[in-house]
Amino acid sequence: MPKMGDAMEEGTLLQWHKQDGETVKSGDVIAEIETDKSNVEIEAEDAGVLHIQAQPGAIIAVGKVIAIIGDAPASTNGASSNGSGNGTAAKASSPIQVRTNGSKPDAHGDETVAGGEGAQYKIDNSDDKDIARIAPSVHSQENTGPTENMTYADAIRLALQEELDRDEKVFMLGEEIGQYQGTFKITKDFLEKYGPERILDTPISEAGMVGLTVGSAMMGLRPIIEFMTLNFALVAWDGIINHAAKILYMSGGQFNVPCVLRGPGGVGVQLSAQHSQDLAHWYANTPGLKVVVPATPADAKGLLKAAIRDNNPVVFTEHAGLYRTKGDVPTDPNYIVPIGVADVKRVGKDVTIVSYSRGTMLALAAAEQLAAEGIDAEVVDLRSLQPLDLDTVINSVKKTHRAVVVQEQWLFYGVAAEFAAQISSAAFDYLDAPVERVAGAFVPMPYSRVLENLAVPHEAEIIAAVKKTLERSA
Amino acid sequence: MAASPAAPAKRAEKSIRSRPALYDAHSIALPTTTADAVIQSLKLTDDELRHTYQQMLDIRHFEEQCNRAFRANKVGGYLHIYIGQEAVSLGTLSDYLPGDQALSSYRDHAHCLVLGSDPGKIMAEIYGKSTGVSRGKGGSMHLFDKAHGFAGGYGIVGGNVPLAVGIGWALKHAPEYKGKGNICVCYLGDGSMNAGGFHEAMNMAQLYELPILFVLENNKYAMGTSVERSSANTDLASRVDSYAMAHSKVDGQDYFAVRGVAAPIIANMRKNPAPYFLEAITYRYSGHGAADGAETQSTYRNPEEMDIWKERDPLRILEKILRDRKVIDDASHEAMDKKALEMARAAGEFAENSPVCSPEELTQDVYAD
Repeated sequence: MPKMGDAMEEGTLLQWHKQDGETVKSGDVIAEIETDKSNVEIEAEDAGVLHIQAQPGAIIAVGKVIAIIGDAPASTNGASSNGSGNGTAAKASSPIQVRTNGSKPDAHGDETVAGGEGAQYKIDNSDDKDIARIAPSVHSQENTGPTENMTYADAIRLALQEELDRDEKVFMLGEEIGQYQGTFKITKDFLEKYGPERILDTPISEAGMVGLTVGSAMMGLRPIIEFMTLNFALVAWDGIINHAAKILYMSGGQFNVPCVLRGPGGVGVQLSAQHSQDLAHWYANTPGLKVVVPATPADAKGLLKAAIRDNNPVVFTEHAGLYRTKGDVPTDPNYIVPIGVADVKRVGKDVTIVSYSRGTMLALAAAEQLAAEGIDAEVVDLRSLQPLDLDTVINSVKKTHRAVVVQEQWLFYGVAAEFAAQISSAAFDYLDAPVERVAGAFVPMPYSRVLENLAVPHEAEIIAAVKKTLERSA
Repeated sequence: MAASPAAPAKRAEKSIRSRPALYDAHSIALPTTTADAVIQSLKLTDDELRHTYQQMLDIRHFEEQCNRAFRANKVGGYLHIYIGQEAVSLGTLSDYLPGDQALSSYRDHAHCLVLGSDPGKIMAEIYGKSTGVSRGKGGSMHLFDKAHGFAGGYGIVGGNVPLAVGIGWALKHAPEYKGKGNICVCYLGDGSMNAGGFHEAMNMAQLYELPILFVLENNKYAMGTSVERSSANTDLASRVDSYAMAHSKVDGQDYFAVRGVAAPIIANMRKNPAPYFLEAITYRYSGHGAADGAETQSTYRNPEEMDIWKERDPLRILEKILRDRKVIDDASHEAMDKKALEMARAAGEFAENSPVCSPEELTQDVYAD
């Protein structure tokens, strides 16, 4: 699926102009796709035999295979479309088993999620869109009510909507969130529904936006900033670090600052140095801030609602690479995931893989591959970096005796370093090997696809790190 | 004389390079208003006038007490004294109503005092005691008093200005404030006007028509850098023309001048929410902070300049007007001065005798429940 515009994330395959197995020339119009802006005809880039991999009607992520032009019939063995919105040229389909909080695994059972094409993921494993196919459907341990299958982005939208409906003190501000309907359409139709006093379009003034947020929160409102991306929050760090985080303390408890600073962060695909980075740990280093890093749609909804109701400033870091991932999300408006409680997303006995946000998805995919080799990994999803849930991590490590911490961010002074220290301190006698860290390369994110692939962590590195902990203790 | 061939080129060069002479706000004749006119239009009683004078004396003595405490090593950190600028906060806060909010920079003692905070608790804060307004966590630069509408003193130059936008937004839109006519008064110094956040805040305040009175306390120096050495356009109030914001300048040494301008602006703002930028031309008699002594000050300002500005001491100006009107005389002046001195000493004693913070307070109020 070609990328026809900067904002394009997926397209709908409308029709094929050539038949499966037909020979095409370079430049032939082979298909028509629909983007969010227009219908576009796609031309063959090479000459050869067309092997169609997706059917008309399928919604396909940018960068996914819709057809292969080759010499002979395609040798892929996957379904061409699963009809659920993630239709791609799939290869081996190995379902991922996901278990909710390890403390009560039996209460909710395992979820088997189709569409986890680990084999292809391994081949092209730095592409955000691949995450879509390994997204587990997770029920929170708290939920027993009805659910709806929806994307991470829609889960965020639902949480916002429910809280705007529930509390008139909640309002939103940000660039392009109103009239434009949101850069990622999270706030689509919000302006019409809630009006300009609660859906506030701002100029490109992050320092001013954070000032408006902090000042109004001090007066008892509950503002939510949508940063177009969290990279732009750097412009407003005085407001976040020196004001939002400290006013409660500096005022001796008189003024609390209940607000949510949310938006997409994390590494993307060829967004290069200024738009592709995970900085969540910087906030987690600052007393006064809470930092939330959801990996699944259900957690995104439940944690965002908790963040909006929290009486502190909460940095809610979404991952743009997870926006299109799907999962079952509780529709109960009272469904809340408490901030500061980690979740065992996969139960295992041989090694503990700790991560958060998109890293959790990488860890789950790595765990599946390890399972094929007889290695049973437990995956702990931190869900929030501040406050941090040490108990869940430590209890897991005491059971498995090995730990690997996965982060997208740069290696030094990061989340992995923190947990390596905490685990050594609290579970030293249980460890059979040093804690291993998997992190991004210590470089600004390069644009080149080849270099970018080298800069971001993949399943392969997680698997290697896990094996290293096993070799050490073998 | 016939024009030489070089002349036109020279003229062109001059027209490109020429720049208006730097504007010196501290030397211009500001619009004057008579005390009579202000007293009449605001119907100020003699008691109210004496109260105002008492407040100004209180600020002066309180600040001198702080200076003594600093020299005696009773207080640590930074200490920024307000002496010389008293008429600005007093003239702009005299029309304060419950629900209004004020916030300031780190030179914040006077604003908090004028709003009615307990002087003992302010001094205890400066001493770092748990009886302080901010429970010893903020210190001199970070006084907060929610009950009296003081939303804080802030230590990052210009950092408080964007916060005012949020407070103004809440006063205009929050369910419990909407329609009540409350306003936010945001104090800032000339140094803040060259910080980026200032400009974002001005634009947003005007864009959203928020009820905020920005009071620029132009005391001529951002620490040791004069307005002329830091601002390409030294006509500071005029800079908010860029944001289509109403503005004016006032003599910040004259209480009646400040009050006479501020009162109608505030009255109008309560009915028709929109920001206003008021530049008060004033002067600090102390150094930037307690560490900025006479020797350091000589690197950036001429002692003769101080002499000129001491002629325009806000306390003396107000005193003279009240004496001329026979609102005060020698005896009442002496009694009021003594009362202020005793207030300041009592505040010092309260701070001195307050217990130090207990260790368990260290981790309190990092997060709200």
